[in-house]
Amino acid sequence: MDIITIAQFVVLGLAFFIALNSAAINVLLERKLAGFLQQRLGPYRTGPWGLLQPVADIVKLLFKEELRPKAADAFLFNLAPILAATAAFASFAVVPFGPSIDFFGLLPEAIKLQAADVNVGVLVVFAVTSMGVYGVVLAGWSSNSKYSLIGGLRSSAQMISYELSYGTALAAVILMANSLSLREIVDAQQGTWFGIIPKWYIIPQFFGFFVFMTAGIAETNRAPFDFPEAEQELVAGYHTEYSSFRFALFFLAEYVNMTLVSAIAVCLYFGGWHGPFLEGGYQSLWWFAKVFALLFFYIWMRWTLPRYRYDQLMHFGWKFLLPLAIINLLLTAAGVLYWS
Amino acid sequence: MDLSLFYLFGALTVAASFFVIAQRNPMHSVILLIASFIGLAGLYVLLDAPFTAVTQIIVYAGAIMVLFLFVVMLLNAPREDPPVVDPRRPLLSAGPRRIGGVLSLVFLAEIVWAFSRVPTTAMNDAPGIGDRVSSVAAIGLEIFTTHTFAFEATSVLILVAMVGAVVLARKNL
Repeated sequence: MDIITIAQFVVLGLAFFIALNSAAINVLLERKLAGFLQQRLGPYRTGPWGLLQPVADIVKLLFKEELRPKAADAFLFNLAPILAATAAFASFAVVPFGPSIDFFGLLPEAIKLQAADVNVGVLVVFAVTSMGVYGVVLAGWSSNSKYSLIGGLRSSAQMISYELSYGTALAAVILMANSLSLREIVDAQQGTWFGIIPKWYIIPQFFGFFVFMTAGIAETNRAPFDFPEAEQELVAGYHTEYSSFRFALFFLAEYVNMTLVSAIAVCLYFGGWHGPFLEGGYQSLWWFAKVFALLFFYIWMRWTLPRYRYDQLMHFGWKFLLPLAIINLLLTAAGVLYWS
Repeated sequence: MDLSLFYLFGALTVAASFFVIAQRNPMHSVILLIASFIGLAGLYVLLDAPFTAVTQIIVYAGAIMVLFLFVVMLLNAPREDPPVVDPRRPLLSAGPRRIGGVLSLVFLAEIVWAFSRVPTTAMNDAPGIGDRVSSVAAIGLEIFTTHTFAFEATSVLILVAMVGAVVLARKNL
């Protein structure tokens, strides 16, 4: 095995490592930010500044008893959390998190900081996230509990409604970059206008970004769109009957999905790893900073906005978000035709 | 490597499709059908057609099957009913079923015979053909130039079906 292949495996491992650890960081960030926004301290006993809280959480989850309702469909009940977590991780294979680097001259040629540079990368992400809903829906159905079932049904309805807007927002960016590869879309956002304004797609595609982020929050079942698990109505929604490691997998999937939506948004709208001051492989730091900022936004939204009502969700998705996305797509197409 | 992957995805597709009809739990059937679509997508990737593979996953496995799942969940049918022999409908009794079984075996034999006579040719690997299949731009150009009429006709067909569904679903429009 030559050194390039080994390096590619290292990058693959790195992508997995980022995805896995983002979940732990999200848990801590969520608890700390929730505390801050509610004028409390948040966790502070587990290690300095509560840094070991994710470890404590994971250990607690692993040592709980595994329960399965007697009337549950055993096969699907076990399959659902695996599906949810697999779909969350699989998308990270195509997310680029840095430029091509040669690891400080260690390698004879530069390799891409991306597990797989697929030429239909955007669509791969779209396809794999759309598979993630099966985890939630099957969990809801196989638990044989009314709360879980309603949670699962809500989830599938929500997915169908928001996936359209999500895809239409993506299409506008694809039109502008004239490519389906995430790496090429990032590279199309290099440089600045008038020397100061970065050429990020967030500026021409502001409405597209709004639609993308709203649909992204809805697809990851986060507040204010967390209907599949609405605590006050459905106990815990689709994962009511889950405990221990199976629950941990759902938990993991939710946080990894948050990171994924943020990472994709950074690639599509915030110029990926491009930014001032940093050169070469250090540009990845920009990528991490931007993803972190978006995750902060995600959690900020959750603890600030109240949950919608279910009919409001449907009205918002079909009668506001989708028309907005379509108008945005048409205007973008006209603009691209005019200026090209 | 490619060959073993081909066998893996092929076996997944065939086995999953078989069990879609060979077992009686409709929920499991839906899941198996999704597995079969995923196997098919893997085969497309092996044929250097990633766009087709991804579209297949998005449209069939991602969107249409969610609707299927939705319907099965709402019907709440844990098991398909076993066949009951109705004396008023003799065509469904054991005898005609056996004839059906024999006919399907004959059909299978015919297909095997037909395929065994097809001469095996190498895949068309003329230079540039891979780019034509895998490039999204090339596919788009083909659809919107050569096959514009078929494309538009399909859109109209889907629109008609949509309007029909709305009319049927809402009685007092």
